[in-house]
Order: sequence, then C-alpha cells, then structure tokens
Amino acid sequence: MLRTANASLTLFADLQFEIIQNTITMNLINEPWPWYVAGPLIALTMFILLYVGKQFGMSSNLRTLCSASGAGKASDFFKFNWKEERWNLIVMIGAVIGGFIASQFMSNNTVEIAPSVVETLNEYGIYSAGEAYMPTEIFSNEALSNPLNWLLLISGGFLVGFGARYAGGCTSGHAISGLSNLQLPSLIAVIGFFAGGLIMIHFIYPLIFIS
Amino acid sequence: MKTIVYLLIGTFFGIIMYKSEAASWFRIYEMFEFGSFHMYGIIGSALVLGVIGIQIIKRFNIKAINGNEMNLKPKNKSIARYAIGGTLFGLGWALAGACPGPMYVLAGAGYWSILIVIAGALLGTFIYGIIKHNLPH
Repeated sequence: MLRTANASLTLFADLQFEIIQNTITMNLINEPWPWYVAGPLIALTMFILLYVGKQFGMSSNLRTLCSASGAGKASDFFKFNWKEERWNLIVMIGAVIGGFIASQFMSNNTVEIAPSVVETLNEYGIYSAGEAYMPTEIFSNEALSNPLNWLLLISGGFLVGFGARYAGGCTSGHAISGLSNLQLPSLIAVIGFFAGGLIMIHFIYPLIFIS
Repeated sequence: MKTIVYLLIGTFFGIIMYKSEAASWFRIYEMFEFGSFHMYGIIGSALVLGVIGIQIIKRFNIKAINGNEMNLKPKNKSIARYAIGGTLFGLGWALAGACPGPMYVLAGAGYWSILIVIAGALLGTFIYGIIKHNLPH
C-alpha cells in the first residue's frame, strides 16, 4: 500500500518535472520572446559585430546593393569598393534565413497586441489585428489587387531608404549602436524617427484608412 | 570560415527579430499608439546593456578580435540631416511597418509584399545618392 503510494508520488513528481521542462522548451520554441529576452540578445548581436571588427547597421546594405548594381555611374555616393561591405550583405542573407527558420519552425505566426489597439485597427478595416503576424489587408498577395496598397508599400519603403541614408543610419545604426555610444547625432535622429512615426500614425493614418 | 560566422550572426539576429515580434507591422503600429511596453522594453533593455557594455569597452580599452580598435567612430556633427532624415525615416517606418532589418527577415518569412517595400527602400537610397548635394546637411 505504502509502496504503491510512494511509487505514484514519484510518478507524479516525474510528471510535474516533465511538464515544467516542456513548458520551458515549448515557450522558447513556440511562444513569442518577451522584451527582456529580445533586448539583451539584440545588444549581444551588436557586441558580437563589434568584436569581429564590424558595426551593427542594417540600412547600409541598401547603399551597398545600389553600388553593386552599378549606381556608381549615377552618383559618387555609390562609388566605393562595395566588396569591402560584403560581410554585411552576408549578415543580411543570414537575417533572411533567420526569418525563414523562425516563421516555419518556431512560431504560430500570430501577434497578440493590446485590445484597444485591435479596436482602432478594426475601425481602419484591418480585421486581421490580433490574428496574424502581418496585416493580411495590406500584405497578403490578394491585397496587391488594390493599387492603394502598392502605393503604401512603395512610398513606405522609399521614405525608409531615403530617410535612413539622409540621417546616416536606421534603427540599428542610430537607436541601438549610436545611442549605446552616447552619440548626440543619434539622439536627434531617434527623436526624428519617433516624431515621424507619431505623425504618420496619428495624423496621416486616419486620412489613409478612413475615407 | 568568416562567411559562416557572418551568416550565423545574421541568422541569430533574424530569429530574434521574428520571435520578439519586432518584425511585425502590428507591433510597430502598437508602439506608436503607446499600446504596450513591448517595443520600448526591447529597445530600452538593448540600450541599457549597450551603454554599459560600450563604457566597459572604452574603460578597459578592449580590442576587437584582430587586435584593432573597435568600430566606435563618433558620428559627424550636424542637426539638419539627423532631424530631417530621421523624421522622413520615421514616416516610412510607420507607413510600411518595418525598418531595414525586419524587411530582410520578413522576406525570409515569405511575406512577398515586403519585396515591394525593399524595392522602394532601394529606390529611396538611390534617389538620396542623386540629390544629396542639394539637401541641407
């Protein structure tokens, strides 16, 4: 009697251990990573790049790609030995692979956002909020039959590319690398990033999406 | 060998971006709506550790793996280019819902429309290169 109780107790403890272990691994593989995991890992990425003698900056790749496609003929801005920036293009290809691995094997591809934000997006006709990783109303292949979405995607990209080179860096170069190095220019740039973002979301989105 | 290291760094970064949802359009929108602490926590915690780490690197004069100084050049002094360029970038960041790093990650995740955004970004970079001499810097 006692032996059976003891055995079942051990079994119970084992089961409990297994559940805890599963939750930990499940969480890391399938659940989204919380900010206190992601932030330090981003800092780690920056330090690894510094340690191998490079720097963390993703938008430079856009300039390198222009240069590699022969844009040096059109402007001196693209006349440089782009092969020296080959390392960063390889990091970029890695990021593509990372996106593939994470979306295929490590995610249910749903993002839970604040309910109040879901409500606002519903008013904008974006009903995939809270149920997808990207808004299907803008990013699905079917959405491309709407010319407005083309305009939105092209101009968004254009402003990112133009603004990043004008400001000399993007989120990785200024908000992470530059601010970490206490650079005043990066602080001005990051204030600009947020000013632009807030203007877009609070003043221009209502014009685009409610009409 | 070096190629594999850079490829792994990029893959690591790509997984972080996707798994933390920093590559999601919704998270960027939510950030500018002040709907959640998530994005602020990511950038803020990366920054706190970044500032501490770079102070340590400078204090103890830690070198890169090849023995050279680490790549911590100060940025050129100016206000106009950072303020105007930064604001334009922010407008695009919120409109496309993605900054350059996540754009590559989303291409790998199979959101094909992001290729249009990347094409726009390449065009924007190109046009900047053409007209940069006429812009205040």
